[in-house]
Amino acid sequence: MSGRSRLQVLRWVVLALAAAFFLVPLLAMLDFSTRTPTGGRSGEDWAALLDSPPLVRAILASVQLAALTAVAVIALLLPTMLLVTLRLPWARRTVELLCLLPLAVPAIVVVVGIAPVYAWVTYLLGGSSLTLVFAYVVLALPFAHRALDAGLRSIDVLTLVEAARSLGARWPTVLLRVLLPNLRGAVLSAAFLTVALVLGEFTFASLLSYDTLPVAINAVGKRDAGVSVAASLASLLVAFVLLLALSLLPGPGERARRRGRLRPSPTFRSPR
Amino acid sequence: MRRAGAGRAGLLAAAGLLPFAAVVVLFLLIPTVVVVVGALSDDGRPSLSGLTAFGDPTVLRAFARSTWLSASTAAIGAVVGALVAYAVATGAPDGVLRRVVTSACGVLAQFGGVTLAFAFIATLGVSGVVTLWLRDALGVDVFANGVWLFDMPGLVLVYTFFQVPLMVIVFLPALDGVRPQWREATVTLGGSTWQYWRHVGGPLLAPAFGGSALLLFANAMSAYATAAALVSQGAPIVPLQIRAALTSEVLLGRADLGQTLALGMVVVVVAVMVAQALLQRRTSRWVAGSAR
Repeated sequence: MSGRSRLQVLRWVVLALAAAFFLVPLLAMLDFSTRTPTGGRSGEDWAALLDSPPLVRAILASVQLAALTAVAVIALLLPTMLLVTLRLPWARRTVELLCLLPLAVPAIVVVVGIAPVYAWVTYLLGGSSLTLVFAYVVLALPFAHRALDAGLRSIDVLTLVEAARSLGARWPTVLLRVLLPNLRGAVLSAAFLTVALVLGEFTFASLLSYDTLPVAINAVGKRDAGVSVAASLASLLVAFVLLLALSLLPGPGERARRRGRLRPSPTFRSPR
Repeated sequence: MRRAGAGRAGLLAAAGLLPFAAVVVLFLLIPTVVVVVGALSDDGRPSLSGLTAFGDPTVLRAFARSTWLSASTAAIGAVVGALVAYAVATGAPDGVLRRVVTSACGVLAQFGGVTLAFAFIATLGVSGVVTLWLRDALGVDVFANGVWLFDMPGLVLVYTFFQVPLMVIVFLPALDGVRPQWREATVTLGGSTWQYWRHVGGPLLAPAFGGSALLLFANAMSAYATAAALVSQGAPIVPLQIRAALTSEVLLGRADLGQTLALGMVVVVVAVMVAQALLQRRTSRWVAGSAR
Protein backbone atom coordinates (compact mmCIF):
# COMPACT_ATOMS: atom_id res chain seq x y z
CA MET A 1 0.00 0.00 0.00
CA SER A 2 2.76 2.45 0.91
CA GLY A 3 4.51 1.61 -2.34
CA ARG A 4 1.31 2.42 -4.18
CA SER A 5 0.77 5.76 -2.52
CA ARG A 6 4.42 6.64 -3.03
CA LEU A 7 3.90 5.90 -6.71
CA GLN A 8 0.86 8.19 -6.75
CA VAL A 9 2.87 11.02 -5.18
CA LEU A 10 5.72 10.53 -7.63
CA ARG A 11 3.23 10.48 -10.49
CA TRP A 12 1.67 13.79 -9.55
CA VAL A 13 5.04 15.41 -8.88
CA VAL A 14 6.22 14.42 -12.37
CA LEU A 15 2.99 15.62 -13.96
CA ALA A 16 3.02 18.91 -12.04
CA LEU A 17 6.62 19.67 -13.00
CA ALA A 18 5.93 18.82 -16.65
CA ALA A 19 2.78 20.93 -16.63
CA ALA A 20 4.73 23.88 -15.18
CA PHE A 21 7.50 23.54 -17.79
CA PHE A 22 4.99 23.44 -20.64
CA LEU A 23 2.41 25.90 -19.32
CA VAL A 24 4.78 28.73 -18.35
CA PRO A 25 5.73 29.57 -21.96
CA LEU A 26 2.09 29.35 -23.07
CA LEU A 27 0.93 31.68 -20.27
CA ALA A 28 3.89 33.94 -21.02
CA MET A 29 2.67 34.13 -24.62
CA LEU A 30 -0.77 35.23 -23.43
CA ASP A 31 0.77 37.85 -21.13
CA PHE A 32 3.28 39.03 -23.72
CA SER A 33 0.65 39.51 -26.43
CA THR A 34 -1.81 41.44 -24.22
CA ARG A 35 0.46 43.77 -22.26
CA THR A 36 1.19 47.41 -23.03
CA PRO A 37 4.44 49.29 -22.36
CA THR A 38 2.73 51.20 -19.54
CA GLY A 39 1.76 48.00 -17.73
CA GLY A 40 -1.86 47.86 -18.84
CA ARG A 41 -3.73 45.35 -20.99
CA SER A 42 -4.72 45.64 -24.61
CA GLY A 43 -6.10 43.35 -27.27
CA GLU A 44 -4.33 45.22 -30.06
CA ASP A 45 -1.97 42.40 -31.00
CA TRP A 46 -4.88 40.00 -31.23
CA ALA A 47 -6.99 42.43 -33.24
CA ALA A 48 -4.06 42.76 -35.66
CA LEU A 49 -4.53 39.09 -36.60
CA LEU A 50 -7.73 40.05 -38.41
CA ASP A 51 -6.76 43.64 -39.32
CA SER A 52 -3.38 43.41 -40.96
CA PRO A 53 -3.88 42.56 -44.64
CA PRO A 54 -0.69 40.45 -45.07
CA LEU A 55 -1.59 38.33 -42.03
CA VAL A 56 -5.19 37.89 -43.16
CA ARG A 57 -3.98 36.86 -46.62
CA ALA A 58 -1.55 34.39 -45.06
CA ILE A 59 -4.24 32.93 -42.77
CA LEU A 60 -6.59 32.50 -45.74
CA ALA A 61 -3.84 30.91 -47.82
CA SER A 62 -2.96 28.47 -45.03
CA VAL A 63 -6.60 27.54 -44.37
CA GLN A 64 -7.25 26.88 -48.08
CA LEU A 65 -4.04 24.93 -48.35
CA ALA A 66 -4.92 22.87 -45.27
CA ALA A 67 -8.37 21.98 -46.63
CA LEU A 68 -7.03 21.20 -50.09
CA THR A 69 -4.21 19.01 -48.73
CA ALA A 70 -6.55 17.10 -46.43
CA VAL A 71 -8.92 16.31 -49.32
CA ALA A 72 -6.04 15.50 -51.68
CA VAL A 73 -4.18 13.16 -49.33
CA ILE A 74 -7.35 11.18 -48.56
CA ALA A 75 -8.42 11.09 -52.21
CA LEU A 76 -4.98 9.78 -53.10
CA LEU A 77 -4.30 7.41 -50.24
CA LEU A 78 -7.68 5.84 -49.41
CA PRO A 79 -8.34 4.35 -52.90
CA THR A 80 -4.69 3.23 -53.03
CA MET A 81 -4.92 1.47 -49.67
CA LEU A 82 -8.29 -0.10 -50.53
CA LEU A 83 -6.87 -1.36 -53.81
CA VAL A 84 -3.91 -2.84 -51.96
CA THR A 85 -6.15 -4.48 -49.36
CA LEU A 86 -8.55 -5.95 -51.93
CA ARG A 87 -6.43 -6.76 -54.94
CA LEU A 88 -2.72 -6.19 -54.41
CA PRO A 89 -1.67 -7.56 -51.01
CA TRP A 90 1.90 -7.94 -52.34
CA ALA A 91 2.20 -4.15 -52.55
CA ARG A 92 1.24 -3.56 -48.90
CA ARG A 93 4.78 -3.38 -47.51
CA THR A 94 6.00 -1.15 -50.34
CA VAL A 95 3.13 1.32 -49.97
CA GLU A 96 3.63 1.42 -46.21
CA LEU A 97 7.36 1.98 -46.58
CA LEU A 98 6.85 4.79 -49.12
CA CYS A 99 4.32 6.42 -46.80
CA LEU A 100 6.75 6.35 -43.88
CA LEU A 101 9.69 7.58 -45.95
CA PRO A 102 8.98 11.29 -45.37
CA LEU A 103 9.81 10.67 -41.70
CA ALA A 104 13.29 9.47 -42.65
CA VAL A 105 14.17 12.08 -45.27
CA PRO A 106 14.33 15.51 -43.56
CA ALA A 107 12.03 18.11 -45.12
CA ILE A 108 14.96 20.46 -45.59
CA VAL A 109 16.73 17.84 -47.71
CA VAL A 110 13.67 17.45 -49.94
CA VAL A 111 13.51 21.23 -50.31
CA VAL A 112 17.11 21.30 -51.56
CA GLY A 113 16.30 18.81 -54.32
CA ILE A 114 12.75 19.87 -55.21
CA ALA A 115 13.66 23.05 -57.13
CA PRO A 116 13.61 21.38 -60.59
CA VAL A 117 10.24 19.72 -59.87
CA TYR A 118 8.72 22.97 -58.61
CA ALA A 119 10.06 24.84 -61.63
CA TRP A 120 7.74 22.60 -63.68
CA VAL A 121 4.85 22.95 -61.24
CA THR A 122 5.11 26.75 -61.40
CA TYR A 123 5.39 26.60 -65.19
CA LEU A 124 2.28 24.42 -65.52
CA LEU A 125 0.08 25.70 -62.67
CA GLY A 126 1.36 29.18 -61.84
CA GLY A 127 2.96 30.50 -58.69
CA SER A 128 0.03 30.36 -56.25
CA SER A 129 0.87 29.17 -52.75
CA LEU A 130 -1.78 26.48 -53.28
CA THR A 131 0.76 24.59 -55.42
CA LEU A 132 2.42 23.65 -52.14
CA VAL A 133 -0.33 21.03 -51.89
CA PHE A 134 1.88 18.51 -53.73
CA ALA A 135 4.75 18.78 -51.27
CA TYR A 136 2.32 18.79 -48.34
CA VAL A 137 0.51 15.65 -49.51
CA VAL A 138 3.85 13.85 -49.29
CA LEU A 139 4.58 15.31 -45.84
CA ALA A 140 1.14 14.20 -44.64
CA LEU A 141 1.52 10.61 -45.90
CA PRO A 142 2.93 9.13 -42.65
CA PHE A 143 0.13 10.60 -40.53
CA ALA A 144 -2.65 9.83 -42.99
CA HIS A 145 -1.38 6.30 -43.59
CA ARG A 146 -1.27 5.51 -39.88
CA ALA A 147 -4.82 6.81 -39.36
CA LEU A 148 -6.33 5.07 -42.41
CA ASP A 149 -4.44 1.84 -41.74
CA ALA A 150 -5.91 1.66 -38.22
CA GLY A 151 -9.38 2.20 -39.69
CA LEU A 152 -8.98 -0.43 -42.41
CA ARG A 153 -7.71 -2.96 -39.89
CA SER A 154 -10.76 -2.49 -37.68
CA ILE A 155 -13.28 -3.47 -40.37
CA ASP A 156 -13.49 -6.44 -42.68
CA VAL A 157 -13.13 -4.66 -46.01
CA LEU A 158 -13.36 -7.79 -48.14
CA THR A 159 -16.64 -9.03 -46.61
CA LEU A 160 -18.24 -5.58 -46.78
CA VAL A 161 -17.27 -5.19 -50.42
CA GLU A 162 -18.40 -8.70 -51.39
CA ALA A 163 -21.69 -8.28 -49.57
CA ALA A 164 -22.38 -4.95 -51.23
CA ARG A 165 -21.30 -6.17 -54.67
CA SER A 166 -23.37 -9.35 -54.46
CA LEU A 167 -26.41 -7.21 -53.63
CA GLY A 168 -25.80 -5.35 -56.85
CA ALA A 169 -24.05 -2.19 -55.63
CA ARG A 170 -21.79 -0.45 -58.10
CA TRP A 171 -18.25 0.53 -57.10
CA PRO A 172 -19.04 4.20 -56.35
CA THR A 173 -21.87 3.05 -54.07
CA VAL A 174 -19.56 0.56 -52.36
CA LEU A 175 -16.98 3.26 -51.79
CA LEU A 176 -19.24 6.13 -50.74
CA ARG A 177 -22.13 4.38 -49.01
CA VAL A 178 -20.58 1.23 -47.57
CA LEU A 179 -16.88 1.76 -46.89
CA LEU A 180 -16.70 5.48 -46.18
CA PRO A 181 -19.32 5.48 -43.38
CA ASN A 182 -17.42 2.62 -41.75
CA LEU A 183 -14.15 4.51 -42.04
CA ARG A 184 -15.48 7.88 -40.91
CA GLY A 185 -13.32 8.01 -37.79
CA ALA A 186 -10.13 7.08 -39.65
CA VAL A 187 -10.81 9.55 -42.47
CA LEU A 188 -11.56 12.35 -40.01
CA SER A 189 -8.43 11.61 -38.06
CA ALA A 190 -6.30 11.63 -41.21
CA ALA A 191 -7.89 14.95 -42.19
CA PHE A 192 -7.37 16.59 -38.78
CA LEU A 193 -3.74 15.53 -38.57
CA THR A 194 -3.12 16.83 -42.08
CA VAL A 195 -4.78 20.17 -41.27
CA ALA A 196 -2.65 20.56 -38.13
CA LEU A 197 0.47 19.69 -40.13
CA VAL A 198 -0.23 22.16 -42.93
CA LEU A 199 -1.14 25.03 -40.57
CA GLY A 200 2.29 24.70 -38.93
CA GLU A 201 4.52 23.82 -41.88
CA PHE A 202 7.36 26.29 -42.35
CA THR A 203 10.32 24.60 -44.05
CA PHE A 204 8.86 24.24 -47.57
CA ALA A 205 6.82 27.43 -47.56
CA SER A 206 9.65 29.61 -46.34
CA LEU A 207 12.44 28.23 -48.54
CA LEU A 208 10.23 28.10 -51.66
CA SER A 209 9.05 31.67 -50.81
CA TYR A 210 5.31 31.17 -50.39
CA ASP A 211 3.42 33.38 -47.91
CA THR A 212 1.65 30.98 -45.58
CA LEU A 213 0.73 31.65 -41.96
CA PRO A 214 3.98 30.41 -40.32
CA VAL A 215 6.05 32.36 -42.87
CA ALA A 216 4.01 35.50 -42.13
CA ILE A 217 4.33 34.93 -38.37
CA ASN A 218 8.08 34.76 -38.76
CA ALA A 219 8.23 37.85 -40.98
CA VAL A 220 5.98 39.96 -38.73
CA GLY A 221 8.01 38.87 -35.71
CA LYS A 222 11.03 40.76 -37.00
CA ARG A 223 9.10 44.05 -36.51
CA ASP A 224 6.37 43.35 -33.99
CA ALA A 225 6.94 40.35 -31.73
CA GLY A 226 3.58 40.86 -29.95
CA VAL A 227 1.51 40.10 -33.04
CA SER A 228 3.62 37.05 -33.88
CA VAL A 229 3.27 35.73 -30.35
CA ALA A 230 -0.52 36.20 -30.53
CA ALA A 231 -0.63 34.40 -33.89
CA SER A 232 1.62 31.61 -32.58
CA LEU A 233 -0.53 31.05 -29.51
CA ALA A 234 -3.67 31.06 -31.65
CA SER A 235 -2.32 28.47 -34.06
CA LEU A 236 -1.05 26.25 -31.21
CA LEU A 237 -4.53 26.41 -29.66
CA VAL A 238 -6.25 25.59 -32.97
CA ALA A 239 -3.99 22.54 -33.42
CA PHE A 240 -4.63 21.49 -29.80
CA VAL A 241 -8.40 21.73 -30.22
CA LEU A 242 -8.18 19.69 -33.46
CA LEU A 243 -6.18 16.93 -31.80
CA LEU A 244 -8.28 16.92 -28.64
CA ALA A 245 -11.45 16.63 -30.72
CA LEU A 246 -9.76 13.74 -32.51
CA SER A 247 -9.04 11.92 -29.24
CA LEU A 248 -12.71 12.26 -28.29
CA LEU A 249 -13.93 10.54 -31.45
CA PRO A 250 -14.91 6.99 -30.66
CA GLY A 251 -12.13 4.73 -31.92
CA PRO A 252 -12.83 1.43 -33.66
CA GLY A 253 -12.29 -0.52 -30.45
CA GLU A 254 -14.67 1.68 -28.52
CA ARG A 255 -17.41 1.31 -31.08
CA ALA A 256 -17.08 -2.47 -30.92
CA ARG A 257 -17.23 -2.35 -27.13
CA ARG A 258 -20.37 -0.26 -27.23
CA ARG A 259 -21.98 -2.80 -29.51
CA GLY A 260 -21.35 -5.35 -26.78
CA ARG A 261 -18.47 -7.08 -28.49
CA LEU A 262 -15.60 -7.22 -26.04
CA ARG A 263 -12.82 -7.54 -28.54
CA PRO A 264 -12.72 -7.77 -32.30
CA SER A 265 -12.68 -11.37 -33.47
CA PRO A 266 -9.41 -12.47 -35.09
CA THR A 267 -11.03 -12.62 -38.53
CA PHE A 268 -12.01 -8.99 -38.10
CA ARG A 269 -8.48 -7.93 -38.95
CA SER A 270 -6.96 -7.90 -42.35
CA PRO A 271 -3.98 -10.27 -42.42
CA ARG A 272 -0.61 -8.62 -42.32
CA MET B 1 -7.14 -18.49 -70.73
CA ARG B 2 -8.37 -17.88 -67.24
CA ARG B 3 -4.87 -17.08 -66.17
CA ALA B 4 -4.41 -14.48 -68.88
CA GLY B 5 -7.63 -12.79 -67.80
CA ALA B 6 -6.50 -12.71 -64.19
CA GLY B 7 -3.15 -11.33 -65.33
CA ARG B 8 -4.79 -8.55 -67.29
CA ALA B 9 -7.09 -7.68 -64.36
CA GLY B 10 -4.07 -7.74 -62.07
CA LEU B 11 -2.25 -5.33 -64.35
CA LEU B 12 -5.29 -3.07 -64.43
CA ALA B 13 -5.45 -3.12 -60.63
CA ALA B 14 -1.74 -2.39 -60.40
CA ALA B 15 -2.29 0.58 -62.71
CA GLY B 16 -4.50 1.98 -59.95
CA LEU B 17 -1.35 2.52 -57.91
CA LEU B 18 -0.02 4.97 -60.51
CA PRO B 19 -1.36 8.25 -59.03
CA PHE B 20 0.12 7.43 -55.63
CA ALA B 21 3.39 6.31 -57.18
CA ALA B 22 3.58 9.45 -59.34
CA VAL B 23 3.18 11.80 -56.36
CA VAL B 24 5.75 9.94 -54.27
CA VAL B 25 8.24 9.74 -57.14
CA LEU B 26 7.88 13.37 -58.20
CA PHE B 27 7.81 15.04 -54.82
CA LEU B 28 9.89 12.75 -52.63
CA LEU B 29 12.11 10.34 -54.59
CA ILE B 30 13.24 12.68 -57.39
CA PRO B 31 14.20 15.47 -54.96
CA THR B 32 16.18 12.99 -52.86
CA VAL B 33 17.92 11.62 -55.95
CA VAL B 34 18.67 15.17 -57.14
CA VAL B 35 20.38 15.83 -53.79
CA VAL B 36 22.44 12.63 -53.81
CA VAL B 37 23.42 12.88 -57.49
CA GLY B 38 24.10 16.60 -57.20
CA ALA B 39 26.36 16.11 -54.20
CA LEU B 40 28.31 13.34 -55.94
CA SER B 41 28.80 14.98 -59.32
CA ASP B 42 30.40 18.02 -60.86
CA ASP B 43 29.16 19.48 -64.17
CA GLY B 44 27.19 16.32 -64.84
CA ARG B 45 30.12 13.96 -64.35
CA PRO B 46 30.51 11.75 -61.28
CA SER B 47 32.89 13.43 -58.91
CA LEU B 48 33.73 13.45 -55.27
CA SER B 49 34.97 17.04 -55.36
CA GLY B 50 31.79 18.28 -53.63
CA LEU B 51 32.67 16.18 -50.61
CA THR B 52 35.72 18.37 -49.95
CA ALA B 53 33.17 20.65 -48.24
CA PHE B 54 33.31 18.22 -45.31
CA GLY B 55 36.92 19.35 -44.81
CA ASP B 56 35.78 22.96 -44.32
CA PRO B 57 36.04 23.84 -40.58
CA THR B 58 32.74 25.82 -40.69
CA VAL B 59 30.89 22.80 -42.05
CA LEU B 60 32.58 20.42 -39.62
CA ARG B 61 31.72 22.69 -36.71
CA ALA B 62 28.09 22.86 -37.87
CA PHE B 63 27.87 19.06 -38.00
CA ALA B 64 29.50 18.81 -34.57
CA ARG B 65 27.06 21.37 -33.12
CA SER B 66 24.07 19.66 -34.78
CA THR B 67 25.17 16.30 -33.40
CA TRP B 68 25.67 17.75 -29.93
CA LEU B 69 22.30 19.54 -30.04
CA SER B 70 20.53 16.37 -31.20
CA ALA B 71 22.31 14.10 -28.70
CA SER B 72 21.77 16.34 -25.68
CA THR B 73 18.11 17.11 -26.43
CA ALA B 74 17.49 13.43 -27.26
CA ALA B 75 18.97 12.43 -23.88
CA ILE B 76 17.00 15.05 -21.92
CA GLY B 77 13.86 14.34 -23.94
CA ALA B 78 14.15 10.57 -23.53
CA VAL B 79 14.59 10.66 -19.75
CA VAL B 80 12.01 13.35 -18.96
CA GLY B 81 9.60 12.09 -21.62
CA ALA B 82 9.79 8.52 -20.30
CA LEU B 83 8.95 9.74 -16.78
CA VAL B 84 5.98 11.75 -18.03
CA ALA B 85 4.83 8.83 -20.19
CA TYR B 86 5.03 6.55 -17.15
CA ALA B 87 2.99 9.01 -15.08
CA VAL B 88 0.37 9.10 -17.84
CA ALA B 89 0.38 5.34 -18.52
CA THR B 90 -0.33 4.50 -14.87
CA GLY B 91 -3.55 6.53 -15.07
CA ALA B 92 -6.90 5.64 -16.62
CA PRO B 93 -6.45 4.62 -20.29
CA ASP B 94 -9.49 6.64 -21.40
CA GLY B 95 -9.12 9.40 -18.82
CA VAL B 96 -9.25 13.13 -19.44
CA LEU B 97 -5.64 13.50 -18.30
CA ARG B 98 -4.38 11.10 -20.93
CA ARG B 99 -6.40 12.67 -23.73
CA VAL B 100 -5.27 16.20 -22.85
CA VAL B 101 -1.60 15.20 -22.40
CA THR B 102 -1.39 13.20 -25.64
CA SER B 103 -3.16 15.92 -27.63
CA ALA B 104 -0.90 18.64 -26.21
CA CYS B 105 2.15 16.47 -26.87
CA GLY B 106 1.00 15.84 -30.43
CA VAL B 107 0.73 19.57 -31.09
CA LEU B 108 4.10 20.46 -29.58
CA ALA B 109 5.99 17.49 -31.01
CA GLN B 110 4.70 17.48 -34.55
CA PHE B 111 3.07 20.77 -35.43
CA GLY B 112 4.91 23.38 -33.34
CA GLY B 113 7.70 24.68 -35.53
CA VAL B 114 7.88 28.46 -35.72
CA THR B 115 5.37 28.96 -32.93
CA LEU B 116 7.69 27.36 -30.37
CA ALA B 117 10.39 29.91 -31.16
CA PHE B 118 7.93 32.70 -30.42
CA ALA B 119 6.80 30.95 -27.25
CA PHE B 120 10.33 31.31 -25.95
CA ILE B 121 10.81 34.83 -27.29
CA ALA B 122 7.72 35.74 -25.22
CA THR B 123 9.04 33.86 -22.19
CA LEU B 124 12.79 34.30 -22.12
CA GLY B 125 13.47 36.84 -24.85
CA VAL B 126 15.17 40.13 -24.00
CA SER B 127 11.78 41.56 -22.95
CA GLY B 128 10.22 38.19 -22.21
CA VAL B 129 7.73 37.76 -19.39
CA VAL B 130 9.95 35.52 -17.26
CA THR B 131 13.09 37.56 -18.04
CA LEU B 132 11.42 40.76 -16.80
CA TRP B 133 9.90 39.06 -13.78
CA LEU B 134 13.27 37.62 -12.72
CA ARG B 135 14.89 41.03 -13.16
CA ASP B 136 12.21 43.06 -11.37
CA ALA B 137 11.19 40.65 -8.63
CA LEU B 138 14.43 38.81 -7.89
CA GLY B 139 17.08 41.09 -9.32
CA VAL B 140 18.42 38.26 -11.51
CA ASP B 141 19.64 39.12 -15.00
CA VAL B 142 19.43 35.88 -17.00
CA PHE B 143 21.40 37.46 -19.82
CA ALA B 144 24.26 38.80 -17.69
CA ASN B 145 26.66 36.75 -19.83
CA GLY B 146 25.09 37.65 -23.15
CA VAL B 147 21.78 36.79 -24.82
CA TRP B 148 22.06 33.01 -25.03
CA LEU B 149 18.48 32.37 -26.18
CA PHE B 150 19.38 32.95 -29.84
CA ASP B 151 22.41 30.65 -29.75
CA MET B 152 23.14 27.02 -28.89
CA PRO B 153 21.89 27.06 -25.25
CA GLY B 154 18.62 28.60 -26.45
CA LEU B 155 18.28 25.93 -29.14
CA VAL B 156 18.76 23.18 -26.54
CA LEU B 157 16.07 24.70 -24.32
CA VAL B 158 13.57 25.22 -27.14
CA TYR B 159 14.26 21.79 -28.68
CA THR B 160 13.41 20.06 -25.38
CA PHE B 161 10.02 21.69 -25.78
CA PHE B 162 9.25 19.38 -28.70
CA GLN B 163 11.58 16.48 -27.84
CA VAL B 164 9.94 15.67 -24.48
CA PRO B 165 6.42 15.55 -25.99
CA LEU B 166 7.66 13.39 -28.88
CA MET B 167 9.12 10.92 -26.38
CA VAL B 168 5.79 10.79 -24.54
CA ILE B 169 4.00 9.95 -27.80
CA VAL B 170 6.41 7.28 -29.02
CA PHE B 171 7.12 5.69 -25.63
CA LEU B 172 3.50 5.43 -24.39
CA PRO B 173 2.64 2.43 -26.61
CA ALA B 174 5.65 0.53 -25.22
CA LEU B 175 4.51 1.26 -21.64
CA ASP B 176 0.98 0.17 -22.56
CA GLY B 177 2.50 -3.13 -23.66
CA VAL B 178 3.85 -3.78 -20.17
CA ARG B 179 1.67 -6.46 -18.69
CA PRO B 180 0.66 -6.43 -15.00
CA GLN B 181 1.37 -10.20 -14.97
CA TRP B 182 5.11 -9.51 -15.19
CA ARG B 183 4.93 -7.44 -12.04
CA GLU B 184 2.71 -10.01 -10.35
CA ALA B 185 5.10 -12.81 -11.29
CA THR B 186 8.02 -10.86 -9.83
CA VAL B 187 6.14 -10.18 -6.60
CA THR B 188 5.02 -13.82 -6.34
CA LEU B 189 8.63 -14.89 -6.62
CA GLY B 190 9.53 -12.49 -3.80
CA GLY B 191 11.02 -9.71 -5.93
CA SER B 192 11.07 -6.09 -4.81
CA THR B 193 10.12 -3.05 -6.90
CA TRP B 194 13.82 -2.38 -7.52
CA GLN B 195 14.40 -5.97 -8.62
CA TYR B 196 11.39 -5.77 -10.94
CA TRP B 197 12.78 -2.73 -12.72
CA ARG B 198 16.36 -4.01 -12.64
CA HIS B 199 15.69 -7.52 -14.01
CA VAL B 200 12.26 -7.48 -15.70
CA GLY B 201 10.74 -4.13 -16.60
CA GLY B 202 13.99 -2.34 -17.37
CA PRO B 203 15.48 -4.92 -19.77
CA LEU B 204 12.11 -5.38 -21.51
CA LEU B 205 11.67 -1.67 -22.07
CA ALA B 206 15.31 -0.91 -22.86
CA PRO B 207 15.07 -1.52 -26.64
CA ALA B 208 11.94 0.65 -26.87
CA PHE B 209 13.66 3.35 -24.84
CA GLY B 210 16.79 3.22 -27.00
CA GLY B 211 14.77 3.18 -30.20
CA SER B 212 12.71 6.17 -29.07
CA ALA B 213 15.86 8.06 -28.09
CA LEU B 214 17.30 7.44 -31.58
CA LEU B 215 14.06 8.69 -33.13
CA LEU B 216 14.42 11.85 -31.04
CA PHE B 217 18.00 12.25 -32.25
CA ALA B 218 16.93 12.01 -35.90
CA ASN B 219 14.04 14.38 -35.21
CA ALA B 220 16.30 17.07 -33.74
CA MET B 221 18.84 16.57 -36.51
CA SER B 222 16.24 17.25 -39.23
CA ALA B 223 14.33 20.01 -37.44
CA TYR B 224 14.49 23.33 -39.26
CA ALA B 225 11.54 25.63 -38.53
CA THR B 226 12.17 26.33 -34.85
CA ALA B 227 15.85 27.05 -35.34
CA ALA B 228 15.21 29.17 -38.42
CA ALA B 229 12.74 31.38 -36.55
CA LEU B 230 14.93 31.66 -33.46
CA VAL B 231 18.34 32.21 -35.08
CA SER B 232 18.25 34.90 -37.75
CA GLN B 233 21.95 35.79 -37.62
CA GLY B 234 24.58 33.21 -38.50
CA ALA B 235 24.21 29.49 -39.09
CA PRO B 236 25.41 27.44 -36.12
CA ILE B 237 23.77 24.14 -37.17
CA VAL B 238 23.52 22.17 -40.42
CA PRO B 239 19.90 23.00 -41.40
CA LEU B 240 20.70 26.70 -41.04
CA GLN B 241 23.86 26.26 -43.12
CA ILE B 242 21.65 24.76 -45.80
CA ARG B 243 19.38 27.81 -45.55
CA ALA B 244 22.40 30.06 -45.95
CA ALA B 245 23.56 28.07 -48.99
CA LEU B 246 20.09 28.18 -50.59
CA THR B 247 19.36 31.85 -49.99
CA SER B 248 22.84 33.21 -50.58
CA GLU B 249 22.87 35.40 -53.66
CA VAL B 250 26.41 36.66 -53.41
CA LEU B 251 28.27 33.41 -53.84
CA LEU B 252 27.71 31.39 -56.98
CA GLY B 253 27.92 27.62 -56.72
CA ARG B 254 26.55 27.61 -53.19
CA ALA B 255 23.68 25.39 -54.35
CA ASP B 256 26.24 22.60 -54.65
CA LEU B 257 27.20 23.18 -51.04
CA GLY B 258 23.53 22.89 -50.09
CA GLN B 259 23.33 19.49 -51.78
CA THR B 260 26.51 18.28 -50.11
CA LEU B 261 25.25 19.36 -46.67
CA ALA B 262 21.89 17.76 -47.37
CA LEU B 263 23.61 14.51 -48.35
CA GLY B 264 25.58 14.55 -45.09
CA MET B 265 22.32 15.00 -43.21
CA VAL B 266 20.60 12.16 -45.07
CA VAL B 267 23.49 9.82 -44.26
CA VAL B 268 23.33 10.63 -40.54
CA VAL B 269 19.54 10.47 -40.30
CA VAL B 270 19.19 7.27 -42.35
CA ALA B 271 21.89 5.53 -40.27
CA VAL B 272 20.07 6.51 -37.08
CA MET B 273 16.68 5.45 -38.46
CA VAL B 274 18.02 2.03 -39.52
CA ALA B 275 19.39 1.48 -36.01
CA GLN B 276 16.02 2.57 -34.67
CA ALA B 277 14.16 0.11 -36.90
CA LEU B 278 16.41 -2.73 -35.70
CA LEU B 279 15.74 -1.84 -32.06
CA GLN B 280 12.03 -1.54 -32.82
CA ARG B 281 12.02 -5.10 -34.13
CA ARG B 282 13.63 -6.26 -30.88
CA THR B 283 11.02 -4.37 -28.89
CA SER B 284 8.06 -5.84 -30.70
CA ARG B 285 9.42 -9.34 -30.04
CA TRP B 286 8.61 -8.79 -26.36
CA VAL B 287 6.32 -5.94 -25.69
CA ALA B 288 3.90 -6.28 -28.60
CA GLY B 289 4.71 -9.96 -29.15
CA SER B 290 3.37 -10.81 -25.71
CA ALA B 291 -0.10 -9.89 -26.92
CA ARG B 292 -0.02 -12.57 -29.61
